[in-house]
Amino acid sequence: MKIVSDITAIMTGMWITWKHIFRRPVTIQYPEQKRTPYPRYRARIVLTRDPDGGERCVACQLCSAACPVDCISMQAAEGVGGRRYAEWFRINFSRCIFCGLCAEACPTLAIQMTPDFEICERDIMALVYEKEHLLIDGCGKSSEYNYYRHAGIGVTQPRGTGNEERLPVDVRGLLP
Amino acid sequence: MSYDPIDIGIMFAKIALVFFVILTLAAYLVFAERKVLAWIQDRKGPNRVGPFGLLQPLADLIKLLTKEDFRPAGSDKWLFYLAPAMAAIPAIMIFSVIPFGSPVTLFGHQVQLQVADLNVGLLLFMALSAIAVYGVALGGWASNSKYALLGSIRGLAQLISYELSMGLALVPVVMLARSFRLSDIVNAQEGCWFIVYQPVAFVIFLISIAAECKRIPFDLPEAEGELVAGFHTEYSGMRFGLFFVGEYINIIVLGGLAATFFLGGWHGPLLPPVVWFSLKVLAFAFLFIWIRGTLPRLRYDQLMHFCWKVLTPLALINVLVTAWWMVLRG
Repeated sequence: MKIVSDITAIMTGMWITWKHIFRRPVTIQYPEQKRTPYPRYRARIVLTRDPDGGERCVACQLCSAACPVDCISMQAAEGVGGRRYAEWFRINFSRCIFCGLCAEACPTLAIQMTPDFEICERDIMALVYEKEHLLIDGCGKSSEYNYYRHAGIGVTQPRGTGNEERLPVDVRGLLP
Repeated sequence: MSYDPIDIGIMFAKIALVFFVILTLAAYLVFAERKVLAWIQDRKGPNRVGPFGLLQPLADLIKLLTKEDFRPAGSDKWLFYLAPAMAAIPAIMIFSVIPFGSPVTLFGHQVQLQVADLNVGLLLFMALSAIAVYGVALGGWASNSKYALLGSIRGLAQLISYELSMGLALVPVVMLARSFRLSDIVNAQEGCWFIVYQPVAFVIFLISIAAECKRIPFDLPEAEGELVAGFHTEYSGMRFGLFFVGEYINIIVLGGLAATFFLGGWHGPLLPPVVWFSLKVLAFAFLFIWIRGTLPRLRYDQLMHFCWKVLTPLALINVLVTAWWMVLRG
């Protein structure tokens, strides 16, 4: 009988909604209750420092190139011993879509995403973050990593003495 | 008929009381609907305005009153202004014939807890609910908008069709009570509620009043997924509010009528009659909200098919069976 199965179907639906009336709501009352975001949540972007306290960013422009909305811009400069750094570094958070491509592109792990999502402003110009707003004092997610200790450039130590790095091959010594 | 000033005063007091209670109840029914729907959907619902959101109806009212009263270009001015009133006022007027409590004695006068105890109360209800159709029809027609017109055409056909099955479902009630007077119908149910004798008529009446107040399985005149808002698409501010409140008044009134016709009106053990009546009305209101939270909207041909090929013949057969049974019983 079709009518019996139809009525049963309606009653089943009514029973399910009845049960849901007494279920605890899933709502989180946001300003009063806040859930802790996961550690890898992608929100406000920071520039981190290496374990020695130096700036990690070498102003290679890779983040700026990876950015799909072009919200990152910087000016490269060179310091003592040939160490590169960003003379200024700017992220326009009113354009940023928090996709995380900049953090993936960064070879020195300088640019990183943090779970701090409450960065609303009344004035849209206040969302343009300069280097002093972006730079933090910690290492962020990878506390051990120091680009210059690995790389084959003699900036923080002579060439060939970095981690997992051999001395440069003496090409004349290879002669037969 | 005596025209004692106390009688007239009591009459006005009853009208004022009914107006106040119905309008307040309608406003809080909107709130209750939002709350219950939210619970059904595992949400919390409005809870920001006042304790537990209880002042939400007030905030809604202020919002509606301060909104722009907009009239689209090319619309029919007078009909456009008249239609919301024609939707809301008959709905309140129907309540005048519903007895909401047993007669009480005030200042040495026997007072019926009913605004007007007409001997044709049931017919007045049918007539007024037919007038309420004009609000839908004229509102959609006067708006000069295709969505409103489509909604009002649907509304017309739906309301007229379901009025038929609703009326036919009430015939056995009249046959059992042998009166059109609603207080007589209530008194006839003192021993046993009519739902026991007439379960089929009750179900038909329940489905028909759900269609009559345009509740969700039958909300085609205002189907928001298809017609924006149906016949009240072009209305804003308090004119929209009148349509909106009119629908909730309709729920209360039709719930009250269902209680009067089938659930014994104010009859019930232990609790005072007025409380029993309110409980029954609120139970019907909750049932409608619950159904809204559960069922999806019908297709238009299904709606018409269901009324003309299922409900109406069933109601007619029910009338015949009741008549046969009454003749046999003598």
